[in-house]
Amino acid sequence: MNMRLRSRWWSFGFRSAVMLYFVVLILLPMLGIYTQAFSRGWSFFWTSIIDPLAWQAVLLTLKLAVFATLINVLLGTMIGWVLIRYRFPGRRLLNSLVDLPFALPTAVGGLMILLLLGPGSLVGEAAASIGVEILFHEPAIVLAMMFVTFPFVIRAVQPLLEELDASEEEAAYTLGASKARTFLQVVLPSMLPGIIGGAMLAFSRALAEFGAVVLIAGNIPGRTLVASVYIFGEVESDNPQGAAAVSVLLLTLSLLILWTVNAVTSRRRRL
Amino acid sequence: MRRLWIGLTYAVFGLLIVIPLARIAVGAWAEGWGGLSAAILRPHALHALGMTGLIVLIVTVLNTLFGVMLAIYLARASWLGDRLRRLVNSLVDLPFAVSPVIGGLMIVLLLGPQSVLGAFFGSLGIEIVYALPAMVLATLFITFPLMVREVLPVLQELGTQQEEAASTLGAYSWYTFWQVTWPSIRWGVIYGVVLTVARSMGEFGAVLIVSGNIMNKTQTATTLVYQDVENFNLLAANAVALVLAAVSIALLLLMEWAKTRRGH
Repeated sequence: MNMRLRSRWWSFGFRSAVMLYFVVLILLPMLGIYTQAFSRGWSFFWTSIIDPLAWQAVLLTLKLAVFATLINVLLGTMIGWVLIRYRFPGRRLLNSLVDLPFALPTAVGGLMILLLLGPGSLVGEAAASIGVEILFHEPAIVLAMMFVTFPFVIRAVQPLLEELDASEEEAAYTLGASKARTFLQVVLPSMLPGIIGGAMLAFSRALAEFGAVVLIAGNIPGRTLVASVYIFGEVESDNPQGAAAVSVLLLTLSLLILWTVNAVTSRRRRL
Repeated sequence: MRRLWIGLTYAVFGLLIVIPLARIAVGAWAEGWGGLSAAILRPHALHALGMTGLIVLIVTVLNTLFGVMLAIYLARASWLGDRLRRLVNSLVDLPFAVSPVIGGLMIVLLLGPQSVLGAFFGSLGIEIVYALPAMVLATLFITFPLMVREVLPVLQELGTQQEEAASTLGAYSWYTFWQVTWPSIRWGVIYGVVLTVARSMGEFGAVLIVSGNIMNKTQTATTLVYQDVENFNLLAANAVALVLAAVSIALLLLMEWAKTRRGH
């Protein structure tokens, strides 16, 4: 009896500890940011958002994140395909390298892009010779976003390609379809859920990226200042409520994306 | 055609990952071994690396404990109720949607010097923001989903039969956990730990905001890289980044090793 009682107390303790941890660590801060954003009233929230520097930063972030996502969709689909379908020397090595941008600290990623594009580098010199500036301009930001979101599409596409029945493709060939047509009508449709899911995750991660971007963007207000760096600047200049207002905008967008991805993937699993 | 695609793949990897990594290594060696070791042995660099190590240790232990427990509750506990369980399950991913900068801002807003809680702890002489506690909290927030998302699917796939059979003689106990549950979730937990270590070592935005990046006090390895770059001290930035990159690559190799081990 004594044993039973004690174990019941133990499990009660565990349950409350875990739930409390969850509420305090995850829920409270999320609610906190929404209440703080409106703590000085609607008009303050509105003026924080309507500030040209703020909405320009948000718009710039959206635009560049769309570019980075599109490039990743193309490259990710190609690389996912090549790594699953072809056997060639170094394939396993490349396949493990895919995850490196996740494993590397984003500040290191930023430094890598800085070195890749900076003065004295191959890309930097080549671009400078034709009069294009990359570093501290928009292309560098797109590249940084691309780097940190590189694995998403690849990792979302690969399992679908592995599942894809080779006989479907063979059937298309025997029916006389060309390689390109087989790819577009048989392979691509089965990869599509992965491409879309991976792209949405990549997009939401690109919107949020800070570490890699802050080092290479130059952060000129209105021109190369992205939303997360803007928020950082507002916190540093002691305006946390203004930062919270812009955060709410960005956060709501990311939450919508996240839940759409969850809804899409869980529906697919049920089928 | 085939050659073209493989060549393109190699080109993307080379340009985006291999060449920049090599440049970090070369940059760190710009003045040879002496320059590299001098950059890493700067007292505040050693302090920053120590800070990162300490945060990784605390965060990994806490995140593993609470993550595994929450995963078990989400997969098994009837006391939670179906609807609540589904709600919590969908909320677990929240930190993935939050920019690290916003994660840091949340903690400053809730616990900063101007907030009620911050003022209360301040009057007790406990520093939270711009000190270790807030940095640990921020990193815990960012890494929270990693462990749950690795362990929960394994538990769901496993089903409850074995555990039920084991615990017919009593309630779900430590014995059941170690003998039945643990062997099957072991690899999931190992993956979760590797991911948590990598993420907590590399966290930058959230830590930068809550730490204030104070040299010899709250500076971590990643915020030191940032500061060195801002000060145009590229050699030092490369040296510290090289250390971080080496650890990341080691973690990646560990993960690959674990995956092949599990495959056998």
